[in-house]
Amino acid sequence: MRMSIPVVKAILQANEAVASENRAAFDAADLLAVNLMSSPGAGKTSLILATIERLPASLRAGVIEGDIASTLDAERIAAHGIPVVQINTGGACHLDAPMIRSALPHLPLETLDVLFIENVGNLVCPAEFDLGAHLNIVIASVPEGHDKPYKYPGMFQKADGIVLNKADLMDVLEFDLEAFQHGVEILRPDVPLFIVSCRTGHGLEAWTEWLFEQHRLRRKRYER
Amino acid sequence: MHELAITQGILSVVLEAAEAARARRVLAIDLIVGALTGYVDDSIRFYFDLLSQGTPAEGAILRIRREPGQGHCQTCGATFRVEPPLCPTCPFCDSPQIQITGGARCFVERIEVDDEDEHTGSEGDPPGE
Repeated sequence: MRMSIPVVKAILQANEAVASENRAAFDAADLLAVNLMSSPGAGKTSLILATIERLPASLRAGVIEGDIASTLDAERIAAHGIPVVQINTGGACHLDAPMIRSALPHLPLETLDVLFIENVGNLVCPAEFDLGAHLNIVIASVPEGHDKPYKYPGMFQKADGIVLNKADLMDVLEFDLEAFQHGVEILRPDVPLFIVSCRTGHGLEAWTEWLFEQHRLRRKRYER
Repeated sequence: MHELAITQGILSVVLEAAEAARARRVLAIDLIVGALTGYVDDSIRFYFDLLSQGTPAEGAILRIRREPGQGHCQTCGATFRVEPPLCPTCPFCDSPQIQITGGARCFVERIEVDDEDEHTGSEGDPPGE
């Protein structure tokens, strides 16, 4: 007999269950987990390094590096004496919650205050997979053009904060900042946008202060 | 590319629902895909055909319905459908004071199944017949 049945379960339920476990592990370790998503080459690794350099010395940061195959980014991080774990996705275009879970035993979570998760460079896929991070940050960069929010709205819709990197190239490349800002605003009117250059250091202070504030707010919540 | 993982998720909820209904075979799947997700229908179909081989969902018809995003104009009050690439202004009054929401979901709405084995199907007394 032919029968029609409604389906109630979410298609990524398995991922979401593990993401909740990850979040619980981050909360138990009292740390702020930050998922960084962008196209390849937007400056995720550079932003992580520049941010850690500017965070108060009392804060200890760790990094999970997601990459399709290489360990180049992890080596860049490790060269600074920062605890780092490399996840090679073996061709997959995004990180998922189980990959993060398997990386956690390799990090000294209890001693960390901030954990940066560098997702695979891709402006579509990573948006769909909750990793359990407290903040999802989208990094765009000036050379990519100002139309990115219009073309990849799904990614920007997921952002808790947006960083526009390589601002020092804005004039050379005739980047239309107003158009970019407008694209962000129609999707996420209340999300902060930080205009930075990891090369010159421009704007990094405001971004780092905001991140520190997010960490402080979480701490306060734990203490209650 | 992420359609592979998405399609694995689709197949797993479909098979779970079919098993719960003690279905022999899945005949059709109604899938809703938000227009702002960036999922490619053909890619989902490709992976579905591949992954469903040898399962009760093999050969099922995949009915994909695109769910557009919603635009709201704060100037003229209009509501309109949006798809990427988004237009920066209201299509009715040209105002830039717009907000875009929705279009981000992807889920299996219903499945159609054959609920009994061909031979035992007529032997019991199915309810409502």
